[in-house]
Amino acid sequence: MTVKSAPLDARGIQHRREILKILEQAQRGHVGSAFSVMEIVCVLYDDVLRFDPKNPRWPDRDRFIFSKGHGCLALYVMLAEKGFFPSEELYKTCKFGAMLGGHPESRKIPGVEASTGALGHGLSIGVGCALAARIDRKNYRTFVLIGDGESNEGSVWEAALSAGKHKLDSLTVIVDYNKMQSYGTTYEIQDLEPLVDKWSSFGFSVREADGHDVRALKKALLDVPYDAGRPSALICHTVKGKGMRTTEHNPEWHHKAKLKPEELKQLYAELEGAL
Amino acid sequence: MRRACLLSIYDLARLDDRVVFIGSDITKQNLEKFSAEYPDRFFMEGIYEAHIVGMAAGLAFNGKVPYINTIATFLTRRCYEQILIDLGLHNLPVRLLGSGGGTVYAPLGPTHLANEDIAILRAIPNMTIVAPCDADEMNRLMPQTLNWSGPVYVRIAKGGDKVVSSGRHPFEIGKAIPLREGHDVLFISTGITTQIALDAADQLSSAGVESSVLHVHTLKPLDAGQILARARGVRAIITIEEHTLMGGLGSIVAETLMDAGAADGKRFARLGFPDVFTEELGSQGEIMNKYGLSAENLVNKAKQLLNH
Repeated sequence: MTVKSAPLDARGIQHRREILKILEQAQRGHVGSAFSVMEIVCVLYDDVLRFDPKNPRWPDRDRFIFSKGHGCLALYVMLAEKGFFPSEELYKTCKFGAMLGGHPESRKIPGVEASTGALGHGLSIGVGCALAARIDRKNYRTFVLIGDGESNEGSVWEAALSAGKHKLDSLTVIVDYNKMQSYGTTYEIQDLEPLVDKWSSFGFSVREADGHDVRALKKALLDVPYDAGRPSALICHTVKGKGMRTTEHNPEWHHKAKLKPEELKQLYAELEGAL
Repeated sequence: MRRACLLSIYDLARLDDRVVFIGSDITKQNLEKFSAEYPDRFFMEGIYEAHIVGMAAGLAFNGKVPYINTIATFLTRRCYEQILIDLGLHNLPVRLLGSGGGTVYAPLGPTHLANEDIAILRAIPNMTIVAPCDADEMNRLMPQTLNWSGPVYVRIAKGGDKVVSSGRHPFEIGKAIPLREGHDVLFISTGITTQIALDAADQLSSAGVESSVLHVHTLKPLDAGQILARARGVRAIITIEEHTLMGGLGSIVAETLMDAGAADGKRFARLGFPDVFTEELGSQGEIMNKYGLSAENLVNKAKQLLNH
């Protein structure tokens, strides 16, 4: 698929503004990862997932496992926006005693299904959720968001084998494919190509989308399952650090700590299109 | 003991539809009834322990009580992070049934020995660790796992072990069982080493030395009160475990005594495996003998401590 990247819409800019505000307070965060998944998470909560912020453990909710836990600032922004917790919590992120940390914890945060951060755990948990739905004859669906770097973990492919074997068509894996990991590109660290063929060969029905094109994501995510009797995989072509010239495609912004005021000022300016 | 364990899960599944079984490419034996009667709750999965522990977590998040059985080495080491995070951190009711805890698979070599399972798992908050001494005790343990909160590791010994437990001693997870009373020496044992401790106590008795035997089937949560109470009257305390001395029962008892200031004036010894990879192959009994996990050595150790 030709990698194009849609321009950000007003919500995309607003969400990134929120993330910059969190970074300003927390002084650290996986900036590039959060910006990479922002539209995916936004579309899931705007248009796809069934949930009730007043009853986060509602038994019929769709399960969303945010497996690439380090991208959680995007998740936090959406959960606050949807009313799972007050927005003030966002600006305490990573502080002593805070609810929100550098990786999401289900025992503390309403709306978070599982504590993630150690990579390669989420898809197996998602398989278990989907199997439970089958046993209980419930129709909730399970979505698992994983990273491309995360896909280096063997456990991801163990879970993929199992999902294929069980023909879990209520399960969808969404791959944030920004082609960058911490050190450099996926091509130099651990090439995943041919990624579509890989998921397909594990028994998934696979589609691709521009991971920043809200309309394309909505269509692709509302369409699952792509085939009855097969789990779905949506490979999202994304841009790490999407939205700011400084952060895009820049591994130095995979995780950033001790942000300088002038760096933040520059990011705000780039985001607002002033630079 | 494994047979008793697996058949118990079938009984639990009949009682409670939350019970789910997950195996990792293990033998069909003892699972036929479960798989035939509850196929939707029976999962014979591939050889991917990290995945099945995560999958069990997903099932448990949604109200199931998964029982996982495979070989103890792989179930504890291969997927340690999944156990720690997916089960421990979330405090999920998943039961890990490790076949061949200790040196059961001695002839298969060091890759198949689980001599550190207790040490590594007890470092995980919320984890419960139980090592029954025989099949009868396994039968008393398993029903209690159904509604026990949080993850449980059950160390399964070899089949056909001598039955030394008895219904006269009520079984409760977390409550050590005093099997014998004596004022000279206290043996503290777990799993099948309780058989050895009882044999040693018999032998010592004919030599005029009276021993207490405390069977600590639950390594975590620990019955520290019972350990301290039994330690009070004796001159010597010896722990015996089919496990490395690095962090198992001996360490647990030593920590308990020292923390409580209860070690003063007492002789203390730990029997277990030294900090080495065993090389001998042979049988479980041969390996245990070689490293002093025998009634004979326990008797000698007790005499040595008492004569000092």
